[in-house]
Amino acid sequence: MQTTQELQINIGPQHPSTHGVFRMTVTVDGETVVKLDPVFGYLHRNHEQLAEVSTYIQSMPYTDRLDYFNSMASNYGLALAVEKLAGIEVPQRANYIRALMNELTRILNHATAIGFLLNDMGAWQTALAFSMREREKILDLFEMASGARMMCNYFRFGGIWRDLPTEFIPQLKQLMIGLPTFFDEFDRLLRENEILRMRSINIGILPKELAAAYSVTGPVLRASGIAYDIRKAEPYGIYGELDFDVPIGTVGDVYDRYLVRIEEMRQSYRMIQQIIERLPDTTGGHINPKMADIGRQKTLRPPVGDVYARIESPKGELGFYLVSDGSERPYRYKVRAPSFINLTPLGDMCRGYKVADVVVILGSIDIVMGEVDR
Amino acid sequence: MPEAFDAAGLRERIERDLPGTLLPTPRRPDVPIAPAKKGEQGPPNLLATDDPVIAADRLLAVASYMRETLGYELLTNITATDYLADGVIEMVYHFVRLSGGAPVAIKVRLDRQQPIIPSLTDIWPGADFQEREAFDLFGVVFRGHANLRRIYMWDEFEGFPMRKDFPKQGDKYFENMEE
Repeated sequence: MQTTQELQINIGPQHPSTHGVFRMTVTVDGETVVKLDPVFGYLHRNHEQLAEVSTYIQSMPYTDRLDYFNSMASNYGLALAVEKLAGIEVPQRANYIRALMNELTRILNHATAIGFLLNDMGAWQTALAFSMREREKILDLFEMASGARMMCNYFRFGGIWRDLPTEFIPQLKQLMIGLPTFFDEFDRLLRENEILRMRSINIGILPKELAAAYSVTGPVLRASGIAYDIRKAEPYGIYGELDFDVPIGTVGDVYDRYLVRIEEMRQSYRMIQQIIERLPDTTGGHINPKMADIGRQKTLRPPVGDVYARIESPKGELGFYLVSDGSERPYRYKVRAPSFINLTPLGDMCRGYKVADVVVILGSIDIVMGEVDR
Repeated sequence: MPEAFDAAGLRERIERDLPGTLLPTPRRPDVPIAPAKKGEQGPPNLLATDDPVIAADRLLAVASYMRETLGYELLTNITATDYLADGVIEMVYHFVRLSGGAPVAIKVRLDRQQPIIPSLTDIWPGADFQEREAFDLFGVVFRGHANLRRIYMWDEFEGFPMRKDFPKQGDKYFENMEE
């Protein structure tokens, strides 16, 4: 009688499909995955320790480096937590600009996430070039507002660094004209594509009950059929006033995650439309006058206590847990990183599928190692 | 829509349904403690809290109660904090409902010398990596965790880098490049 023997192989840490320095120890039986164990920490720099020896505002540029695709979203998380801890009010206009930046970030993130996912499936670079083209336009807008393309460092406690320059809105409107065509084009190119469907439908299924038990959040949770979005569940900023839908999947496979991301980009587009419409009528400046002076930011000493604040980052729930001892530095600073926790079910999601599916499943979770390893 | 809880409401419910679980803790004062001026007063009491603080051996009971009875289905965040002056390592668990609402926190205080706590991985497999993180950086031992290994640092690493008494400079892994 013929028997098979299990074999252990390493995928990564230096591998183009692992999205960074990430290793998976895979036990395979033939082509089938029996067990998968993620190994990471190669990029660990103890972000939390560094934040605990810095003042609150000194951590702001450092949050850019958590998830370098979504620096605006990471900024928002920290700003929200410190504002909650210190009781700082944010003017309406600043809140609108914050939401605008976050929705642009979401479009940027999902476009590149899908582009890289298709890269992993073998649609080498073509789809990615489409998404990179749109991403460049959004990065131009970020550069115009914050002075930096990726490491924006745009948020301050009580508002944002500076108001939008006058040429920002015309250029944003120009971008908005092209976006629906981009979504449709991107979608049409791939939704009915035979190879894409074969590689993604019924692959890497994460059932509804398991998704909640595994603490996953963001598009991965929604693709499993749970309509949980912090912008609806616990609205922050102006999200309570905006009209948008939360798309969900049915099966929870790679294809559903892909469709949810496409639909979320459309919803972000809807929100940006509403924001552009209302922005001229907003009251208040770009920052709370009490916090406008950078000296006030530097010497901020929140009252003693602890706080947990969270936002819906494009990858999931980004939370900050801060403990203040009344000094200028946080006593404890913890980041609840969505990429890190969304990786927990990876072993279960890959079991029983082929080795070639592992990279696709990993790509559909959408991780950034800067945030996983911190 | 199920009843939403704040910290005080949650404390009451746990006291009512699981008597003897809550530990007495100093409450946080109503007026926030203003930041201390230099040399004015001693260090503030960081252990004053409004959130329920429970005994470590009741954690599993409380976690199932949170899920089965109160409907908090998502264990979103697990944090360890080292309170060096008080000799305490505090674990904070944040739970949320999938139907919406603010998260609630449950706190467990452990002896800093012997931080041992039951693992939640049997109820919430999502606690896996977060517990490994707390083990790696704080040295908290999770009883019942199937795979309690370091997650960020390498396996041979000695010490727990997020503890407040871990040397910030000059540990034995530091190589002076100039020499």
